[in-house]
Amino acid sequence: MALPKRIVKETERLMAEPVPGISAVPHEDNLRYFDVTVEGPSQSPYEGGIFKLELFLPDDYPMTPPKIRFLTKIYHPNIDKLGRICLDVLKSNWSPALQIRTILLSIQALLGAPNPDDPLANDVAQHWKENQNAAIQTAREWTQQYAKPQ
Amino acid sequence: MDSEDEVISVASSEEMMEDQDSDLSMGGDYSDVDLDVDDPDVGFETQDKDIKPKRRPYEVEFNIYGPADIQSHQDQQIDEVSAILGQPPEATAILLRHTRWNKERLIEIYMDKQDTLLEEAGLGKSLAKLPELKKVKGFVCEICCEDGPDLKTFSMKCGHRFCLDCYRQYLAQKIQEEGEAARIKCPGDGCNKIVDSKSLDLLVTEDLKDRYQVLLTRTYVDDKENLKWCPAPNCEYAVDCRVKQRDLNKTVPTVHCTCGHHFCFGCTLNDHQPAPCSLVKKWLKKCEDDSETANWISANTKECPKCHSTIEKNGGCNHMTCRKCKHEFCWMCMGVWSEHGTSWYNCNRFEEKSGSEARDAQAKSRQSLERYLHYYNRYANHEQSAKLDKDIYLKTEKKMTQLQSSSGMSWIEVQFLDAASQALQQCRQTLKWTYAFAYYLARNNLTEIFEDNQKDLELAVENLSEMFEKPTDQLSGLKVEMMDKTAYCTRRRIILLSDTAENLKNGGAHSLRLRPGSFD
Repeated sequence: MALPKRIVKETERLMAEPVPGISAVPHEDNLRYFDVTVEGPSQSPYEGGIFKLELFLPDDYPMTPPKIRFLTKIYHPNIDKLGRICLDVLKSNWSPALQIRTILLSIQALLGAPNPDDPLANDVAQHWKENQNAAIQTAREWTQQYAKPQ
Repeated sequence: MDSEDEVISVASSEEMMEDQDSDLSMGGDYSDVDLDVDDPDVGFETQDKDIKPKRRPYEVEFNIYGPADIQSHQDQQIDEVSAILGQPPEATAILLRHTRWNKERLIEIYMDKQDTLLEEAGLGKSLAKLPELKKVKGFVCEICCEDGPDLKTFSMKCGHRFCLDCYRQYLAQKIQEEGEAARIKCPGDGCNKIVDSKSLDLLVTEDLKDRYQVLLTRTYVDDKENLKWCPAPNCEYAVDCRVKQRDLNKTVPTVHCTCGHHFCFGCTLNDHQPAPCSLVKKWLKKCEDDSETANWISANTKECPKCHSTIEKNGGCNHMTCRKCKHEFCWMCMGVWSEHGTSWYNCNRFEEKSGSEARDAQAKSRQSLERYLHYYNRYANHEQSAKLDKDIYLKTEKKMTQLQSSSGMSWIEVQFLDAASQALQQCRQTLKWTYAFAYYLARNNLTEIFEDNQKDLELAVENLSEMFEKPTDQLSGLKVEMMDKTAYCTRRRIILLSDTAENLKNGGAHSLRLRPGSFD
């Protein structure tokens, strides 16, 4: 199946004018599958880490949202053990006018502002609410341990 | 027993005649009394119009609506409110859905703070301009990135413009895949404008429009508290019933759908009169979850008095040594073994205090298990019998044809079999739930009356059921007796349900009481 114009354009633009701190590169053999890296935002416990994600554009994209998942282990109340992300724009608030670029920015923003009141990883969220400093410390350690740039 | 039964059954059919004196005018003879008492005015509408059939205490008022009725109800309300608010119908529809079809509240809020309401409902100000397709110079669709001077585009009032193809695909995705209708938003990012029906008409194909209407009707019924879909498979009727959620402890609103399905309006489970919804829910949960496993454990095992490990004794003497904590005790009295002195292997210390408490707890749980099993067995038995009766019902038709050919009876003359089979089903259904209900009842005089009623009905049902299974050649001779018994069963059921319903409704000290904690 030919790649829709929309995906071609988006990919071109992602390569030509990349978003600072974010990269998304399509696989050569599957142009709907992207290797993504996101830098941890400064002044967050994820600062200094580089997080790998995978992103897939389903057949009915952009009518349905892209599928996206963290590959790097991360300690975050809205991201679970399998790397799945709890983010409104990836689900009910998806709009076909959104793009890969905007979604990745949203994910980066989520790293900067965890929301333990709408958790995906319950244990992490509870830790976050009961002792925020300790939770942030764990997140920092995990970043050091798993998200160090090679 | 038999003769007594007959006396009662004759009396009962006389009572029935008095009850339904409206039917007397029909001049039917006694044996032709309408057996399906639940539905007394079938075919007599014209004569009985001025005499409203009296409702029994356990019956509730309800109406059945088909898809067309529901549609016209919606349209009617939309038109009415549209005229008051001065908004076009498609916008009024969105507003009504926003306030869940509460007209009064909508009008009130609209008068109070129109702008906020319009914004919240996803409308924005004035929708007066008709939606239209446009070609816009230099337009690039944000969704598919197509451009060109011939591209047809569309936008709602919010100004988020996309090409027709994308809009179509978007709506198809929402309607077909996501089953969304009442709250489809503009495809623009973060835009809350709701796609109204007029715009939709312009954009989508006919089959999607139909689906859209079906979905809208569905949300209408879901939104209205007094409407519920009939849960029978493929049934497209909705039931309108005014019973309030908070009254469900006092009434059991069984409704009869046009499709033939009887169900409870409160919980949409199958008819479960006379037991109230909350008890039914509890009972079903009790029956299926493993709380009974725990009951078995407590009835068949004992706990080590020291470390409380669960122990099942499968042989050997009464001198127990707990494998875990090495505590030594006597299985009989649960007391410490060392206190037994020399009377080994023969515990005669039954009144000793150290063991009596452990034994009391044991006895209690055994008793409660037995109590539960008593009711459960009867409940399950009627459920099973109802299933078997249903099989028989399927064979009834065959029986009726056989009877027609063997005895020379006409079709109308063998209908008593059908009536008997239906009465059986219905009574078993009721009986089944009386047992679940009785499990939760506290003991008092009314409970005894309830149990008497239950016993009477059960006896009548078993009699009829037995008769029903007789070979075909005997059936024609039993016709009158069977009709009597059918009427009697139905009558007993009505008495039981009426009594119970009245008792539930009245509440108070002198009525049926539930065991403490039953309504938690």
